[in-house]
Amino acid sequence: MLTSCYHCGADCIETIQEEDKCFCCDGCKMVFKLLDENGLCQYYDLSEMPGMTAKGHFVNEKYNYLDNAAIQEQLIQFKLGDQAHVVFYLPQIHCVSCVWLLENLHKINPGIIQSQTHFEKKEIKIVFNPAVISLKQVVQLLAFVGYEPVIHLGGNDWLKKKKVNKKQLYKIGVAGFCFSNIMMLSFPEYLSNNALELGSLRHFFVYINLLLSLPVLFFSANGFFISAYTGLRQKWLNIDAPIALAITVTFTRSVYEILSQTGAGYLDSMSGIVFFMLIGRWFQDKSYDSFAFDRDYNSFFPLGVTVIEDNKEVNKPLAALVKLEIVLIRSDEMIPADAILLTEGALIDYSFVTGENAPIAVAVGQMVYAGGIQKGRAIQLEVVKPVGQSYITELWNSPVLKAEKNTEQSFVHPWSQYFTIVLFAIAIASGVYWSIYDTHKILPAVTAVLIVACPCSLLLTVTFTYGNVIRWLGRGKLYCKNAAVIEAIHKIDTIVFDKTGTLTNHEDTHLEYMGVVLSEKEMIAVKSVTRESLHPLSKMVTQFLLLEVADITSFQKIENFIGKGTKAICNEYEILVGSIAFLQSNGIKVNTTYEGSVVCLAINGIFKGVFKINHTYREGIALMITRFKCRGYHLHLLSGDHPTEKENLVKILGTDIPILFEQNPVDKLQYIERLQQQGHRVMMVGDGLNDAGALKKSNVGIAVTDQTHLFTPASDAILEGSEIKSLHELVFYAKKAKLIIVTIFILSIIYNIIGMYFATSARLSPMVAAILMPISSISIVALSALLSYAYSLKMSPKN
Amino acid sequence: MGVIVLLIIVSVFVAGGFLLAFLWSVKTGQMDDDYTPSVRILFDQNFDNDKNEEKKKLKISNKII
Repeated sequence: MLTSCYHCGADCIETIQEEDKCFCCDGCKMVFKLLDENGLCQYYDLSEMPGMTAKGHFVNEKYNYLDNAAIQEQLIQFKLGDQAHVVFYLPQIHCVSCVWLLENLHKINPGIIQSQTHFEKKEIKIVFNPAVISLKQVVQLLAFVGYEPVIHLGGNDWLKKKKVNKKQLYKIGVAGFCFSNIMMLSFPEYLSNNALELGSLRHFFVYINLLLSLPVLFFSANGFFISAYTGLRQKWLNIDAPIALAITVTFTRSVYEILSQTGAGYLDSMSGIVFFMLIGRWFQDKSYDSFAFDRDYNSFFPLGVTVIEDNKEVNKPLAALVKLEIVLIRSDEMIPADAILLTEGALIDYSFVTGENAPIAVAVGQMVYAGGIQKGRAIQLEVVKPVGQSYITELWNSPVLKAEKNTEQSFVHPWSQYFTIVLFAIAIASGVYWSIYDTHKILPAVTAVLIVACPCSLLLTVTFTYGNVIRWLGRGKLYCKNAAVIEAIHKIDTIVFDKTGTLTNHEDTHLEYMGVVLSEKEMIAVKSVTRESLHPLSKMVTQFLLLEVADITSFQKIENFIGKGTKAICNEYEILVGSIAFLQSNGIKVNTTYEGSVVCLAINGIFKGVFKINHTYREGIALMITRFKCRGYHLHLLSGDHPTEKENLVKILGTDIPILFEQNPVDKLQYIERLQQQGHRVMMVGDGLNDAGALKKSNVGIAVTDQTHLFTPASDAILEGSEIKSLHELVFYAKKAKLIIVTIFILSIIYNIIGMYFATSARLSPMVAAILMPISSISIVALSALLSYAYSLKMSPKN
Repeated sequence: MGVIVLLIIVSVFVAGGFLLAFLWSVKTGQMDDDYTPSVRILFDQNFDNDKNEEKKKLKISNKII
């Protein structure tokens, strides 16, 4: 049984003790010590093991670029004297302890004056004294305690976009105030038996009502008028057109009644319906603040780079990087532009760009491509192409991706058009009827029809149902960008999956050894050698052997060939571990057919076997695939990886699914395009930059993420990796939204028929309108909530 | 009856006061974050710690003297 780290909760393989606590690595221990020294151990009391794994790779030089004045200017929002304000996005914020620690940063460093977190947006606003602590030191402190801010080329532009739509709240506030007051002042009118009882007060009430309804008409409801007007100019009736008409008719008739002293008007109904509809819109639009759905390549690249000029390291904003400059890339940094490698030791992880499993060793003089992450030691590159023209960014700039998607009309709009036509037919019919029998009643009947039968109930149904469905999907860890995505999900018939990172788990890899069985002594020797190398594959071999044997032995001689392998003499063994080519160059006959990510082992000149990296498939994939097949969805799989995994995939997916390997981003994009040309509506499920084009092109792009959504390409929805097994349930649930809307719409038609009965018989009193309106609105909202809850129970229980 | 007119005008103004309070709260960003304050209010102020720090400071100042 492994003990859990006191700081981060990870399993401790090599236990590091401090006081009576265990830590998984020195990094975690150092963070604990820092907090302990500053009396901040309450961090550990608020939630258990709240910390972020330090993994011991904290690099201080990484933030040197923050000393550059141009970059600082981009980040600091406000600076005056001894105060500077800066806002960072910290995706690691996840619990109460995080908030507590981040708001107590001033106890660690007195240069920080104040820090305030926003939990849902995962943001922190820091006020610091630049004379005491530099911006770089602030970021280093945050990174050290485990909250590394996400600072990207796009700068803080995304922060500006995310401002709460305050105007909508103002409108709701004003409408609510006016509605409740108008309703209160209408009661005497409804409850008195005859007009004489109220006397002159009656005029007073109605004129106050009229006054109160003006802000509703001109401020709160102006969104409907503007939208209806723009719709009409483009020559089509959107849902706001009949609503605007109903509001206008109601108001005009009320003003006429009040001025001619023939009645009290329907001002309470009018302001009430505006209030409810505004709430509905707000409810639907209130989606996930902390997610960024619209990322372009800018958000993936760092803000600054280290450039080598005259043998000195200079920090530069990435935007200022030009051709032929020499860039220094440290371990775990991203390559910002296509470049030629100048120094040895490049080991580049392209998994995010291409979907390939293992890091690739690159020889001096070869090209390296933007988006790769250096896994070895620091390397130097000569930039060949500017940032905006690299292979990966060009994909973004292709015209195919510029087109807006999901712009087609919602199915609600045609309904509202039929509705409007039927409405006018009834109004005309009742007008004709009364012109024959009683000409005095023409105007009351016709206006009453237009007042009662406004498609407000349709709008309320749609907005509240989509709002509810988005929230329930969020509980199932599928976060939709907006309501249009739900309608788009409804129409899809084809689903395309990516392999690496989507069906497999990026973080969770395991090794498999194939070859001659090793003795315990041999295993100890191999482990002792591999733990000397920093190569990630070598580290994995060490971890793998650690589970078999615990001891370590000393070795006599060791020679590392970076990016190739290691040669060592350990006790009686001469050990060679490394790539196939490395073993072959040492004169060893390798009898294996494996390509790509393998580590070969030879002892005393004889080939023993290979360590092969397997990515674990996520749980429950097979069931999810079957469920989709049962419902008649067409499934496809596109992978950027080598076809070594084909057999395993066929076992999981079945033989009837097209599986394509070695697909580059453009291939994937074109594949989706071809499917769409065949008339399919495609949902793409992918994770990396290599899927970005396909995600954008597809009708619904779902980005799968494991780490706290640091790296999700632009998409319509974000799904947590652990929940991909229930993707079918989420999709089927989203499809229920239309059913719910239709059900409730039938209910609202019943209300409309009742209202029409009163209206066409010219007996619609303000009181009937005032009763019918809230009852229908509230029952629609309640039924929508109830139905979306009831269907959500069918999704498997979530803990 | 005249008093009702007065009362209604007063009541509308009182309600208007609340509306202004709401608009002000939206404007000053009090509606931006509806979760973190509920967490923040539950944090204990660590008084012991502050006292310790004061003691430390005292000791240091004593030494200087």
